[in-house]
Amino acid sequence: MNRTIPIHSERAPSAAFEYIATKKDELIGWARKFSLFPYPFVTACCAMEFMSVSASPYDTDRFGAALPRFSPRQADLLMVVGTITHKQAPILLKVYEQMCEPKWVMAFGVCATSGGFYQNYAAVQGIDRIIPVDVYIPGCPPRPETVIDAIMQLQDKIAHARHPIITSTF
Amino acid sequence: MAAETLEQVAGALAAEGREIALSHGMLAIVTAPADVGVVVRRLQSDFAFDLFLDVTAVDWPAQEPRFEVVWHFYSTRHFSRVRVKTRVPESDPVVDTLIPLYGSAAVMERECHEMYGIRFRGNADLRPMLLYEGFVGHPLRKDYVKEHEQPLVPYLK
Repeated sequence: MNRTIPIHSERAPSAAFEYIATKKDELIGWARKFSLFPYPFVTACCAMEFMSVSASPYDTDRFGAALPRFSPRQADLLMVVGTITHKQAPILLKVYEQMCEPKWVMAFGVCATSGGFYQNYAAVQGIDRIIPVDVYIPGCPPRPETVIDAIMQLQDKIAHARHPIITSTF
Repeated sequence: MAAETLEQVAGALAAEGREIALSHGMLAIVTAPADVGVVVRRLQSDFAFDLFLDVTAVDWPAQEPRFEVVWHFYSTRHFSRVRVKTRVPESDPVVDTLIPLYGSAAVMERECHEMYGIRFRGNADLRPMLLYEGFVGHPLRKDYVKEHEQPLVPYLK
């Protein structure tokens, strides 16, 4: 008798399980969205606006996203602030790969979003060509309000996402 | 003071048969590629042009010789500038290095080499500085397509 044991249950999950799983996702999403640890990958003039939005009176600490971790292994939000050149792209990719899951990426300003006005051989035409991006911020440089809006959009995205922590389904 | 210096330099070099022009108040000396070292040595020792400002090139695709190599020097004693120009062909774009006269020429010749493909005879370290290893071509030449990217990281999808 050779019977294979299915890895995943073939039965549809029960309504009670679905209810618990959803509530679990909501709880973890709520916890995660207020404890974003950003890694500022700062390369250019957008850094000024990053400092502005980090400090009072704009103060990203109100969203739990104030404490920058300067090791990618401790961070879960990669803020790419400024122009990424082709020479720098391998460094950005290495930093992204060093970050632990769950992780999110924010393209801060037009250069990180699309290359901006550097339409030439030297600049990467948007960091989404090399790493996946969750939220884009327009502007050269962006207003602090725009950055706060982006953080809130990212929080919404985290709150409504699935957060498997034990298995691939739960 | 600067005007007197320029007159002296212009007079002395014109007496040697150099081609001299005044461009927007700045002295420009046009010379053959082989004579650049001689002229610059003269400027440094006799007229105290002690600061090497820059070396760059101009690409004239329709002209022959195609490239114009341009040096700028400054005299901190006379507060005046001077420009030295020469022409090199596309087939053999070589000029002599100025490292023995000015140490800072090493870095600026590297940049001129990667951007225009001008070779500096005697400069042993012409690795790319602003560009990266493996970059093909010279991006500030007129025939380099501006949008032609050479990514180091493979693109997603």
